[in-house]
Amino acid sequence: MATVAVPQLSGYHRPAVLDWIMTVDHKRLGILYLYFTLFFFAVGGILALLVRTQLAVADNSFVGNDAYNQIFTMHASAMLFLFIIPVWAGFGNYLVPLQIGAADMAFPRINALSFWMLPPAGILMFAGFIVDGGAADGGWTAYSPLAQQTGVGMDMWIIAVIVLGMSSTIGAANFLVTMFRMRAPGMTMFRMPIFCWTMLVTALLQLLATPVLAAALVMLFIDRNYGGQFFDPNGGGNVVLWQNVFWFYSHPAVYIMILPGMGIISEILPVFSRKPLFGYKAFVFATIGIGGLGFSVWAHHMFTTGSVLLPFFGFMTFMIGVPTGVKIFNWLGTLWGGSISFPTPMLFAIGFVSMFLIGGINGTYSAAVPVDFALHDTYFVVAHIHYVLFGGSVFAVFGGLYYWFPKIWGRQLNERLGKLHFALMFVGFNVAFFPMHMLGLDGMPRRIAVYADSAGWEALNMLSTGGAFLIAVSMIPFLIAVVMAFMRPKDQPDDPWEANTLEWATTSPPPDYNFDSLPPVRSERPLFDARHGDEEQGH
Amino acid sequence: MAAHGTAERQGMTNSMLGFILFLASEVMFFGGLFAAYFIARADAPAWPPPLTPEQIAEGVHLELEVLLPAISTGILVLSSITMQYAVWQIQKGNQGGMLWGLFISLALGIVFLAAQLYDYTQLHFRADDTIYGTTFYTLTGFHGAHVAGGALFIAVVTVRALGGQFTAENHEAVEASSMYWHFVDVVWIALFTVLYIIK
Repeated sequence: MATVAVPQLSGYHRPAVLDWIMTVDHKRLGILYLYFTLFFFAVGGILALLVRTQLAVADNSFVGNDAYNQIFTMHASAMLFLFIIPVWAGFGNYLVPLQIGAADMAFPRINALSFWMLPPAGILMFAGFIVDGGAADGGWTAYSPLAQQTGVGMDMWIIAVIVLGMSSTIGAANFLVTMFRMRAPGMTMFRMPIFCWTMLVTALLQLLATPVLAAALVMLFIDRNYGGQFFDPNGGGNVVLWQNVFWFYSHPAVYIMILPGMGIISEILPVFSRKPLFGYKAFVFATIGIGGLGFSVWAHHMFTTGSVLLPFFGFMTFMIGVPTGVKIFNWLGTLWGGSISFPTPMLFAIGFVSMFLIGGINGTYSAAVPVDFALHDTYFVVAHIHYVLFGGSVFAVFGGLYYWFPKIWGRQLNERLGKLHFALMFVGFNVAFFPMHMLGLDGMPRRIAVYADSAGWEALNMLSTGGAFLIAVSMIPFLIAVVMAFMRPKDQPDDPWEANTLEWATTSPPPDYNFDSLPPVRSERPLFDARHGDEEQGH
Repeated sequence: MAAHGTAERQGMTNSMLGFILFLASEVMFFGGLFAAYFIARADAPAWPPPLTPEQIAEGVHLELEVLLPAISTGILVLSSITMQYAVWQIQKGNQGGMLWGLFISLALGIVFLAAQLYDYTQLHFRADDTIYGTTFYTLTGFHGAHVAGGALFIAVVTVRALGGQFTAENHEAVEASSMYWHFVDVVWIALFTVLYIIK
């Protein structure tokens, strides 16, 4: 709809590179976030392949113990801190202002600051590989006393994570103000697109939990460098203190990592079922419920420490399954009786629902204290985390990329390559991670570099490694589809999917100022209303 | 067709709301440090914790003098009042009154910092002796850094006030710096209470 000619100013033009570096436009920053995070997805993926290669056969000596510790630590750190958490800021940056009908974020320059804190932090974290003693190798959880005993790479990791946390904290404040204050006329809170709602709760979690992680990291830094005694029992400190403060952040953080993914598929499922999202308000309250309960379950990571109140945290962990279950029914109810089609974004969304369901169920097993005692620190937990974070979040990332690619880049990704991508990734994912359930039940501990041949774990590990490489192969059709798309001209109409939300009411890609005009907002589906007129507006 | 959704709504401005959210994150940061302190204290067999014979031989002892910090507390509370006075004055459009409030608050803040640094030199324990010293220096150190940051904030606002940038209608930065100052004041009162008073 953006057809009004804007008078062009003549004179000085910045080079395109500087335009990108100095931009405060939420769309460009969103794209920068996406490029940055997908780069670290690739880096983290390569590290994962190294891990799987080491574990493929028993008694392997492909990488040594020290290198292995660095590799799995940096795999998780890259995936969590440099990919999943900021990738949602990328989608959110691009989409939230468009979805609420605003011209930009509330604080565009702070927005640019949030992004530009990421590259130095990523470089600092990975520069650990070239310093004496290597990169951080205490696991992404950096438990004491392990994290006290390693080289300077750990200090670089701590500083990098603090900087990344500052970026997401100020970004969270920016998202909150944007959604509280900059919505289009008519867009009440309960007409906000569901993706915005999930970003809102995510931002609240980031704002309130991330500073606690900063406090924990500061204490660890003081212990390591200034003789602090926080986590050292010799001076009256307490090693479990680290776990308490760390998980007080890092459990809400798992919802930071999944909620926007739930939002993305809740945008995709209604569009390709040709129905409104079933139970919009229930979904919103379930999201808020997960956010609230998320602060009361941190100690379920610490059952075996013997110093947490088991019945309380076990019960709360079961409780948080309830709003999560509500969402599964929201999605199934949306599909039920719908006129369903299966373009690539829809495939990833349905992949998300099915895989996240498995991740939710095996997570609930571990909420039972006696079961957790048996499964703690085994590969079962690794299976769980990957079913929610890969089967959940990563599927949502790709679903979102296929869905909004026409909007962001004005071009369509090839459907056949997309379907091939999905099929390979779906099969590869399950081959890689399902066997870990069995390995965990069989007692294989996580984070070991070498296992004995006599343990009998080789066949399943080899299978899992094969699956990991299949996931890597699945990226090839995706990359070909991206290259093919960029070789074509921008030809996408405003609303190629017949979608519901305001980002589809402007050109693809949108102009700098986003909208010439907005359709009236009388429900959470303003574009549906605009297409079908008032008589079909049934809610 | 509706207009763009960018017009700021009634009431608080976007910047002020953003600033309050930032303060909420600061509260959580100190919450994390306080939680560590309480856990350490609850774990300890006695508070202050017992020292090793070597530490005693080195002259370490874990007593805190209350008098100087109590005076400092009074100074910081007083500076919060003068800061609020500055806000009330500019709300009435009185630039001169605001400037006096800002100057006095800034001076009191610097006196507080100087007193704290002097207090550090009088202590007979270090951050690496026991958890007592670690938590004491971490909590008061991060608080002191926030006082310094707040003083810098007030200094910037003072320079802008000298340039006549604030009016009865437009003085957001004054209000923000005052909120920040009250925040560090409240944190200090909590710190003073748990570190010095509750034995």
